[in-house]
Order: sequence, then C-alpha cells, then structure tokens
Amino acid sequence: MSSSTGETVIRPRSGWIAIDWRELWNARELLGFLVWRDVSVRYKQTVLGVAWAVLQPVFTMAIFTVIFGKLAKMPSQGVPYPLFVYAGLLPWMFFSTAVTGASQSLVNQQALLTKIYLPRLFVPTASIGGGIVDLGVSFIVFGCLMAAYGVAPGWGALTLPLLVLLTAITALGVGLALAALTVTYRDFRYVVPFMIQVGMYLSPVIYPVSLIPERWQPLLAINPMVGVIDGFRSALLGVPWNLDTLTISTTAALLTLLFGLFYFRKTERRFADVA
Amino acid sequence: MTSDFAISVERLGKVYHLAHTLPGPTSFREALTSAAAAPFRRFRELRGTERTLESFWALRDINFTVETGEVVGIVGRNGAGKSTLLKILSRITEPTEGRAVMRGRVASLLEVGTGFHPELSGRENIFLNGSILGMRRREIAAKFDDIVAFAEVEKFLDTPVKRYSSGMYVRLAFAVAAHLDPEILIVDEVLAVGDAEFQRRCLGKMKELSQRGARTVLFVSHNMSAVATLCSRAILLAQGTVEAEGLPASVIQDYLIPADVHSLSKTDLTSAKGRSPSLTPVFRSLRLSRALGDETAVFVPGDDVLIELGLTVSSPVRSPRIGIGVNNSRGDRVFAVATYLSPQPIGRVEGRANVQVTFRMPPLYPGRYLLDVSLAGERGSFIDQVESAAAFEVLQDGYLGSSHPYFPEMGSVLVPSVWGPSARIPGPRE
Repeated sequence: MSSSTGETVIRPRSGWIAIDWRELWNARELLGFLVWRDVSVRYKQTVLGVAWAVLQPVFTMAIFTVIFGKLAKMPSQGVPYPLFVYAGLLPWMFFSTAVTGASQSLVNQQALLTKIYLPRLFVPTASIGGGIVDLGVSFIVFGCLMAAYGVAPGWGALTLPLLVLLTAITALGVGLALAALTVTYRDFRYVVPFMIQVGMYLSPVIYPVSLIPERWQPLLAINPMVGVIDGFRSALLGVPWNLDTLTISTTAALLTLLFGLFYFRKTERRFADVA
Repeated sequence: MTSDFAISVERLGKVYHLAHTLPGPTSFREALTSAAAAPFRRFRELRGTERTLESFWALRDINFTVETGEVVGIVGRNGAGKSTLLKILSRITEPTEGRAVMRGRVASLLEVGTGFHPELSGRENIFLNGSILGMRRREIAAKFDDIVAFAEVEKFLDTPVKRYSSGMYVRLAFAVAAHLDPEILIVDEVLAVGDAEFQRRCLGKMKELSQRGARTVLFVSHNMSAVATLCSRAILLAQGTVEAEGLPASVIQDYLIPADVHSLSKTDLTSAKGRSPSLTPVFRSLRLSRALGDETAVFVPGDDVLIELGLTVSSPVRSPRIGIGVNNSRGDRVFAVATYLSPQPIGRVEGRANVQVTFRMPPLYPGRYLLDVSLAGERGSFIDQVESAAAFEVLQDGYLGSSHPYFPEMGSVLVPSVWGPSARIPGPRE
C-alpha cells in the first residue's frame, strides 16, 4: 500500500529496478507486524509451542552425537561432540527454517501479491525475523548444555550478534531468490527442502572445517554458512578463529544478499501476473 | 495537464501472454525428456527467446481523468478489464504501456480481509490488516474503538477470527478498510460479499467518505443501483477499452443494452459449458424475443417474453417435461416456467423441433438473470440439462414511479404502492 502523500507515477519499467529505501523505511512498522504475526502464529498453532523449538535441535544433536560422534568417531576440535555439533546446529537450523519459510512465504500468501500492494520484500524478510525467536530459545538450551559440560564462553561470545547478522544476511539473500523463483516455478516447493538437506552436508555442521584439506578450504568457504558455523564454534567454544574462511564467507554472504535483492526486484513486477 | 486531477490515465495498456498448449508427450521416454527440458523451455519462454506465446491485451489505450472529489464507477462485463485496471492503479501489477498519475494517498480494497490470519484474535487482526492496508500503528490505535464499534465485535475481540461467523469476519475486515481515510480510494466488487445489511453499511460508508469532500473514489460494481446513487460519473469498459464515459444513468444504459446483446438473444447450446459432460446434447439453441416483436435480451416488467428452444432428439419423447428456471445474479431461483406447470402441455417432440413458450415478465429487481433449461422424459429422468444456458437483463424503467434507487435488500420483486387513503395503483395493469 502506498502511503506517500505526493504524486505516484505508474508506468512500465524494464531491467533491474532499484530498491525504494524510502518506501521500505516508511512501511517499517509493517515488517514488524509481519514478523510478530509469524512468531505468534507459530507458537499458537503448535501444541508444544516453545517446547518444539527446544526438542528439535536437542533430538538432532542426540542423533548426530550417536551416529557421527560415537559410531563414526568424527573429530571435533577437542570439544565434546554434543557441544560441537550443537554449536553448528544453532546457525544451521536458523538458516534452514528461515530459508524454507522465506521461500514459501509468497506462494502461501498469494493474496498479498494479487490483492494489495505492499513492499513485497517484507514478506520473505518477515519469515527470517520469525526464525530469530527459535534461535533465541535454542541459545538458552545451549547455555544449559555448556553449563552441564562445564565449558564457559570466552570474550569471543561478544561477536555472536555479528555472526547471527551474517546468518540472517545469508538466509535473506538465499530466501529472497528462492521466494521469487518459487512464485514462477512452483516445482521449487519440492526442490528447496532437498537443497537444504544437501546444503547441510556442504556446511560443517557435523564435521570441522579442518577435516577438509587446507587448499580446498577457501573454496568451501564460498558457502557463507561455512564461515558462520566456524565462527559460531570459535565464539562459543573457544576453537581458534579462521579469519580467511570468515572473510571469504562474509564477502560471499553480502554478494548473496545483493543477488537476492536484485533478482527479487527484477522479477517482482511479474508476481501478480503469475501468482 | 494543469487541472486539479486526482487520477490521470494516459494510453494505459496491459498485455498478458498466454502460453500455447504444447502437444502432450506420447511415451514415457518422451515424458521424461520433456520433463527434463521443461525448466529450460519455461526459462526461454520467459526470456522471450522462444515465441510460443500468444498476446492478449487485457487493456488497451485507456485514457481518462478523475478530478479530486469525484466518485467514478467502473462498469463492464466479466473480462472487460475492470480488475486489471484497478490492479494497475493499485500498483499490484505493472502496465505494459502508457502511464497513470495518482495524486495523494491511495488505498485499494480489492478484497475484504487481505492478510487476515485465522489464528489471530480480532484485536490482533485489526492491527495486522490495518498495517497491511498502509496504516501506521498510531493511526490504527487512534481509530481502534471506531473500527470495533463499526464491526460490532466488542465481545469477540480476543477470540481467534477462525471462530467468527462469516458475517462477523467480513464486517471486521470492512471496518478496518473503511477507516483508512485515504485521499484516493479504489474499491473492487467488495460489496458482492456479505449480507444485505452489510452492503447497505458499505454503501453508506462510501457515500460518507465522498461527501466529506476531497476524497476521490474509484469503484467497480455490478450493482447498477449503487453506481447510479453513489457516482458522479461512470466509465464503461468493454474488451479492454473505454466504450462509454459520462453520467452514470447514460453509461448504465449503454452497459445494459450493449451492441452484443444480439449474441445474448440467440445462444448456441450445442457445446454449452453448463451441461454435464455425461449428457448427450439435445438442446441446440435458445432464442429470446418479445412476443410478436424483435429479438432482444432486455426486458421491462410486463413484457411478454417469447423463448424458442431448438432441440434435436434421437428418438421421439412423449409428454416431454421441458422446464426453464430463472436465477438472479446471486444464484437464487426466482421463478420457473415448465410444460407441466402450464394448462396446455405439449404432446411430443421428435427429430429437429422448435418449442416455444411465452410468459409475462414479472416485476423483478433490475439486473441480469440466468436461465437453466432442462428436458426430462415422461417418467422424469433427465435427457438434457444446461445450467446458465442464456441470460437476459431486466430494466427497472421507472416501474415504481419513484426516483429513489431500489437496492437488492428491498426484495427481489418490485411492488408498486400508493401511500395514503385507498387509491388506484399506477403503472401497467394486467
């Protein structure tokens, strides 16, 4: 909905369309409402509510610990494997929930595309905001887990907000592109869960980056989640920082976001016609 | 253009591309390769490198200006481009050519309750929906009590809207939109939903909005009475172009008695959509005319209407039970004429036959009526049945002798009345 009091000119546009930052700023409250809706609906609909946000990572951690930690004897950089894998699952689960939610957000709310005008960038963005609440809950669980293992976080923990931001940037970039693609090609509904599953094995959730030969590590780090997960472990568990990986991943994350934003803007004008 | 316009539309056009249906795969191997190639084919199509698309202009060369404070009604048949026009002006979709300039804060209401979430309470949905419609939180909070009062949902504010009755749901949704207070309001056929009481309140609210001045309203409606009462001007769209523009009364006339009325007075039924695929077509055609008069599909109350049904039966049908049901635009059956309801039923039909029936048009509420036709054998089993086989329009034509508009909630039959001491009833007498 345009709320500008000035003059609005409607005309055909072509090529890449710049982002209207002023419009986004004017409608910022809407983003807040959409995030709040996603969060409150999520916790209202499920019987278990918050418990779900606790159980999901805990069970996954337990299974991974048994299979990869005990049976496969996966190295874990000198940290107890449950802590190691949970520190990787924290950003990964946030990322996968956010990307899945964002990619489905437009097709699941077609009325927002075909019946009204609003800054559509907000619709997938709100799904990512919703994932942050789950992340917060998982963090509390992680705190308990660290206490149980007697591991104290160092000063590195102060970098966590930045790492969460980096995860959000990556998720937003991927989520926007997938949301736009899913509107046009409905098949992406089925492709996204598969991509996420593959993505987990391409990211060091269950294994340490150091398991990969050193010369291949920069290549691996093009996946922004590599830097993020590695960073989470350094920040929380005191594993040495790998600044090369982090730099490459940060750059890749920013490029992903740029691509997502522009691809979304480019295809946006078609949404109402194909939805 | 220097005048004080609110909306200016110049040479606006919108093209849609319809993909041609490609011949389907004939083998599993072909299906597989075709499926594998599909994303790429689709991609090329979107890039425009593979020309398998057919263009369809939903709107072409639309020009008009709306002055500030005007209430303009947009009328036209389904597919005339009304919704596309509103979608372009609401910025939901982009035009292909031309431009439009909107001056002031625009609010569009193409659907009642866009963004409502069933799990959220009435209170929460007011804020959510208000925000989606473009209101600030402060603004919604300030108008909150008015919205609740208008919707009459005080007691259910904290109940999830999924437990609301459909009436409550629609009332709440409209209440939020009605308190938007925009400078330009774009409204689609939202009056089609909800009960009569709700429609009356919506119309009242829109009237109030327009009378406050400096509020421009653009709205699409099939309710000609609403257009006639609310609008200062009307625009008739037909096949994507502006066919008429001017005072509502004259535009409504153009709409109700269009040039293509001929196609309505004579309908081919051999491949009608309203026939169940399991039936073998028997009805060939349906022709509407005034008895002893011209072919027409527009009638006024008191007209003697002649319907001629052309049918072809493979074997003779004795004492055929032929019926014609007349439904109003809301789908309610208003009346029916049938062979078995007449003092002189027909004996039999065989081969190619034409069956005629004459009846007097009752004083129906003006608007469009759809005809269902059916043929059953002596024992009552259906031989052929076509729903919405044809349509006719009923004009009011000053039947009641009053200038006051007649709304659907006043009833589906017009009854002339005289108030005061016993008097003769004016108007046509049988």
